[in-house]
Amino acid sequence: MSAVSKQFPGVTALDGVDFHVAAGEIVGLVGENGAGKSTLMKILGGIHQADSGTIALEGVPVAMHGPADAARLGIGTIHQEREVIETLDVAGNVFLGREPRWAGPLRLVDRRRMEADTEQQLARIGAQISPRIVVRRLSPAQQQLVAIARALSMNARLLVLDEPTASLGASEAERLFAVLQDLRAGGTAIVYVSHRLKEIEALADRVVVLRDGRNAGVLHRGEITRDRLVRLMVGRAIDGGVPRQAMEARTREARLHLDRIRTRRYPLAEVSLTVNGGEVLGIAGLIGAGRSELAETICGVVPAVSGRVLLDGQPLVLDSPRDAIRAGMCLIPEDRRGRGIIAAMTVRENVTLPALGSYARLGLVKRSAETSAAQHTAAALTIKTSSIESPVATLSGGNQQKVVLGKWLALAPRVMIFDEPTQGVDIGAKAEIHRLIRRLAEDGAAVVMISSDIEEIVAESDRVAVMHEGLITGILHRSSSTPEAIMQLAIA
Amino acid sequence: MTRKELGVLLLLAALCVIVAIASPQFLSVTNVQNVARLVGTYGMFSIGVGIVIITGGIDLSVGSICALLGVLLSMMLVEWGWPAAVALAAVIALGACLGAAHGLLVARLRLQPFIVTLCGLLLYRGAARYIAEDSTKGFGTGQGFEWVRTLASGNVGGVPMPFVLLCVVAGLAWVLLHRSVFGRHLFAIGHNAEAARYSGVNTRAVITWAYILSGILAAFSAIVIAFYTNSISPASHGNFYELYAIAAAVVGGCSLRGGEGSVVGIVMGAALLQVLRNLVNLLDIPGSLDFAVMGAVILIGATADQLFGRRLRRDDE
Repeated sequence: MSAVSKQFPGVTALDGVDFHVAAGEIVGLVGENGAGKSTLMKILGGIHQADSGTIALEGVPVAMHGPADAARLGIGTIHQEREVIETLDVAGNVFLGREPRWAGPLRLVDRRRMEADTEQQLARIGAQISPRIVVRRLSPAQQQLVAIARALSMNARLLVLDEPTASLGASEAERLFAVLQDLRAGGTAIVYVSHRLKEIEALADRVVVLRDGRNAGVLHRGEITRDRLVRLMVGRAIDGGVPRQAMEARTREARLHLDRIRTRRYPLAEVSLTVNGGEVLGIAGLIGAGRSELAETICGVVPAVSGRVLLDGQPLVLDSPRDAIRAGMCLIPEDRRGRGIIAAMTVRENVTLPALGSYARLGLVKRSAETSAAQHTAAALTIKTSSIESPVATLSGGNQQKVVLGKWLALAPRVMIFDEPTQGVDIGAKAEIHRLIRRLAEDGAAVVMISSDIEEIVAESDRVAVMHEGLITGILHRSSSTPEAIMQLAIA
Repeated sequence: MTRKELGVLLLLAALCVIVAIASPQFLSVTNVQNVARLVGTYGMFSIGVGIVIITGGIDLSVGSICALLGVLLSMMLVEWGWPAAVALAAVIALGACLGAAHGLLVARLRLQPFIVTLCGLLLYRGAARYIAEDSTKGFGTGQGFEWVRTLASGNVGGVPMPFVLLCVVAGLAWVLLHRSVFGRHLFAIGHNAEAARYSGVNTRAVITWAYILSGILAAFSAIVIAFYTNSISPASHGNFYELYAIAAAVVGGCSLRGGEGSVVGIVMGAALLQVLRNLVNLLDIPGSLDFAVMGAVILIGATADQLFGRRLRRDDE
């Protein structure tokens, strides 16, 4: 691609960007949210058309008018949002639009071949998922694996991956990297977009950095370091992970106590756990360890099979998220688009939703009180938006996550549970979210942070609970929580 | 005023001008009164159905509710000699109960709104015919409840009562939908029920109340329509009213996917449909084309909105 530009009403998303990738090469594409990575990818995938500039495949200029053209040209894309059809089964998703057919006039779908091929593709990335299961029943990580299997099954000449590991656990990610390295050896050109610089360092032969829709620089294998990448991305240095003081001095009181909780996902596993006010408890584990299910059970989303949740010593009755919120326990769910935000509503309407009653009299919302509260939240969290009256859909991932966080701040939660708080969030916003998590704890809340990002768990938690198949296999204190120790317990 | 509402207003105004030019009778006092009466009558239950549509649901039962409650109202007043106030209260309470039943089935048992209210459509129609023994009911001379007749079908300073009632109902509904906590929750549920639940919104209660409101407004309309026609034949009374309501809501900017819509839009949508019917009448178009004209105009409007509205909308990512 050379000198590619793309304008959207009001913004120039790409401004004369050059980008090329050779066969048998993995090129990392990085940049903060809004730098133009997604637009570049969408142009490659045929979803958007460039306003100017040329795109050439093996030297031949190509014009793409839709995703179907891209697929025909051998360009496969894995998007950040898991693009699967929830009501179809796994095999149906993997072969959607290219179902193998029986010979004969009816051209009926060859289910058997489809399922066999799907199984093979899934095995390649180490996913143990039945081809017949309906995708809706799968966890986000498993759905992502299905999307990856779909892209791989196309035998693309050019494979574009956007944050493919965002919802994957460490071992699934490892397996994916191995597959990508195989593909590279086989001559596939690969574009890899990620906020996880570790992955970029490990995989990429070359890294292209975008900033504000322009080329900001290129690093070749050997020169790729975190510091240099960050400097190119943001044009300034970010102090990454200053080791915090352990907060032993603060008087901590047990705030949240789980008493032999059993969840629907793992009805035989009992979890007992205490979280103190003022601490951040990280929960680590592989995908499917039952961490999200535990969080949802504590917050009343799904009923517990048995056991009690005690808050400051008082047992709670939890029939709905409303009950949990009333008691002062708030959840930031993993599925931001589906459960965190209401994309079509404004920033104001989103952040005031849980506490709307407190800006109302006799059931009528006082607009001025609501607006000033929303403005206060937007300012406190530095939510980047042209106005609090903009729909949340127009915000970047990191700012959307801040909106979700903003919903709860006005309630001064006693217990705050984060499920993958920085998934798909750029580095700048990630640091801000970490600061906010820390501040909540300093204000006395008991904070639980579920994350598949081990670095994040280690850096941000006072204690780490590790889960495996619904059970807590160990609790590590700050001094002993190393990635290695956590992985040991997670595999258990 | 949103772009959608402005669009409907323009379409409505353009239609009025066209009909007024083609037939001077359109602006005669009798005709305006007549149209206003119909707009008032249809507008009320359209608002109710619109509220349900905003939650992402649908209410197909309002026509049959009108028939059932109309029959019962006539029997209470004429055959059983109930005091008028008691009869009115009973009819409205019954409307609320039917709505509550729909709401509970949808919100608690998670049945699909289409199925629940489709069964309502069949059930109440059958019940109305059975109770009335398939005979036409009316209010005779109306002795003993003259005030009800006046309230339902009289005029205030030349303005037909149903239109006055609609103004009151629409005003209350506007405050409820666009200024209250309940209204915000309603739209939030329509856009993303899961996110609303995770935010602590009592989604079941809000959805149930939407159906209750629809039932109550259908009951109001039932009373007005019964006195307007003064003859309720249980097999045909209120036929297709649910479709008028859905059409009014959709023309007025509601999305059947939920989360979108406004009271002003719904009322204008209801008005548009009545002006169209009036147009068929005045321009000597065969009455049998009534529905066809409505369908054609709505389709043209929706197509125009899609074609020209697209340019105004942001290129969504």
